[in-house]
Amino acid sequence: MTDSPITGSTATPAPAAAAQAAPSDSGLQPGTLIEPARQRAPGTAMIAIDAISKWYGDFRVLHECTTAVAKGEVVVVCGPSGSGKSTLIKCVNALEPFQKGQITVDGTKIADKATNLPKLRSRVGMVFQHFELFPHLSITDNLTIAQRKVLGRPKEEAHKRGLDLLARVGLSAHAKKFPGQLSGGQQQRVAIARALAMNPVVMLFDEPTSALDPEMVGEVLDVMVELAREGMTMMVVTHEMGFARKVADRVIFMDQGEIVEDAGKDDFFGKPRSERAQTFLSKILQH
Amino acid sequence: MFQNFDFGVVASSLPYLFGQGMVFTLTLTALAATGGVVFGTLLAMMRLSGVPGLWHAAKLYVELMRSLPLVLVIFWFYFLVPYIGAWMTGSPNPIQVGAFTSALITFTLFEAAYFAEIMRAGIQSIPKGQTAAAQALGMGYAQTMRLVVLPQAFRNMLPLLLTQTIVLFQDTSLVYVLSLTDFLGAASKVAQRDGRLVEMYLFAALVYFAVCLAASFLVRRLQARVAIIR
Ligand SMILES: Nc1ncnc2c1ncn2[C@@H]1O[C@H](COP(=O)(O)OP(=O)(O)OP(=O)(O)O)[C@@H](O)[C@H]1O
Ligand SMILES: [Mg+2]
Repeated sequence: MTDSPITGSTATPAPAAAAQAAPSDSGLQPGTLIEPARQRAPGTAMIAIDAISKWYGDFRVLHECTTAVAKGEVVVVCGPSGSGKSTLIKCVNALEPFQKGQITVDGTKIADKATNLPKLRSRVGMVFQHFELFPHLSITDNLTIAQRKVLGRPKEEAHKRGLDLLARVGLSAHAKKFPGQLSGGQQQRVAIARALAMNPVVMLFDEPTSALDPEMVGEVLDVMVELAREGMTMMVVTHEMGFARKVADRVIFMDQGEIVEDAGKDDFFGKPRSERAQTFLSKILQH
Repeated sequence: MFQNFDFGVVASSLPYLFGQGMVFTLTLTALAATGGVVFGTLLAMMRLSGVPGLWHAAKLYVELMRSLPLVLVIFWFYFLVPYIGAWMTGSPNPIQVGAFTSALITFTLFEAAYFAEIMRAGIQSIPKGQTAAAQALGMGYAQTMRLVVLPQAFRNMLPLLLTQTIVLFQDTSLVYVLSLTDFLGAASKVAQRDGRLVEMYLFAALVYFAVCLAASFLVRRLQARVAIIR
C-alpha cells in the first residue's frame, strides 16, 4: 500500500498522472486532493437527473430537467439570474425537495422515501456562494466536526485529514484562526477543504467565486482546477467561462427553469445553438 | 437625619443574611435559570419546527405564562404540583415536594416562557445558509441544532439571557408567599425582630443594586470573550 498522506486508506497506488497533474502556480502544495479510486471512469453516471420539475406554489422553478454527470466529469452550469441553477444543484443533494422526477446519485435514488438523506449528503460535497464556514468554530474544528460527528472518525484521524487538506489549499498557517479572521478567498478554500475531508464521491459548487473580490477569484479557481484535473466529479454553477474552457467537459445552459443547452465544451463555445444561449454568452463575455 | 439609625443591626446579622438568605436566592436563581434556558430552548425549537401540533402547544404555553402574574403562578403550582406528581406517578395521595422544589419548578417553568422568546429570536438570527451547510455535510436535524445553530444562537443572545436572569434574581424574592426565606425575606425577619425596618430595607436595596450592577458588568466582560469573530 502506498503511503498517501491524505487518503490514508488507498488500496491502489496513486497513478502518475495525478501526481504530476497540478501546476502549483497558486501557492498550492503538491499532492492529491482526492483518492485515485474516485478518479475518472467515463461511462458510469455519478449523477442522473431524470425529468425533474419543481414548483414554488404556482411558480415553476424547474421544468422537466434531464441530464447526467459521468464519473470524473466536470459539468459547468450557467444561465441568467433566476433561471434555477441554484435550485437544480441543491436538488442533487436533496437540500431542495422536488415534486416530479428522480435524481440518482452514485446509485442512490433521492426521491425514494427509504433513502437516508443525511447519509447521502455526507457523500456529496457542497461549496456555497457565501462559504458558510461555521463562525463559532476554529478552522481546524470546521474541518473536523463533520468527520467526527457524522462519519464517526477518531479525533486524531479527522485532525490529520483536515490539516493535510488545509495544507493542500495552502492555508496551514491558519489552522487555529476563526473564519472571521480570514479573507473571502481563504474562507472559500477552507470550505472546499471541509467538503473534501468527507471523501465525497462528487462535488457541487454554487457560484463559489461570485461573492469574492476580483483579486481573490484566482486562488479559489486554482484549487478547483486542480481538483478537476485530479479527476473529481464536479457540477459547478459559475459564470467564470475561463474556468469552463480550461477544465469543463460539458456546459449546461439554463433559462426559466429549463435546460436549454447541454453540450460538450467545444460545441458550446463553438456554436451554441439556441438564441438565448448566444445572447447570454455575448453578454457575459463582454466583461 | 441618620443620627437615629443603628447600622450595627446590619453588621450583626450579616452571617444570617448572606449565609442563609443570599445562598438561597443565588441557588434558586442559578437552578431556575439553567432549567429555564434548557426548557425555553426546547419550546423555541417546537415553535420553529413547523409541526402544527408542536407549534401550537409551544405558542399557547408561552403566551399563557407571559400573561399571568408570577405570584399567581407560584400559588397555583404550590397547590397543584403535589397532585400533578401523584398523577404522574400513579400514587393515590398527593406527593409533598416541599416549598423549595415547588418554587424551583415554578420559576423554571415560568422563566422558560421568557427564555423561549429570546432563544427563538436567537435561532432565527442564524442565516439559512448555516443550516444548509450543516445538512450538506450530512448532519441531521439534531446535530445541526446542537453543533451549529444553538451554539451560535446562544452566543448571540447571551446579553439578553443574562439580563433576563437578573430579572429572575429579583423575582425570586416572591418566594416569601411560600414562607421560604430568601435574602429579602431574611432581611425582613431581622427588620421585624429588631424594629429596624429602615436600616434593613435600605441595606437590602443596596445589596440588590450592587449585585445587579456587578452582574451587568460581568455580562459585558463575558460577551466580549465569547463573541463570535466576524
Ligand atoms: N423559497 C422560494 N420561494 C419562492 N421562489 C423562490 C424561492 N427560492 C427561489 N425562488 C425563485 O426560483 C427561481 C430560481 O431561483 P434560483 O436561486 O435557483 O436561481 P439562480 O439561477 O440560482 O439565480 P442566481 O444566478 O441569481 O443565483 C427564481 O425566480 C427565484 O426567485
Ligand atoms: Mg443562484
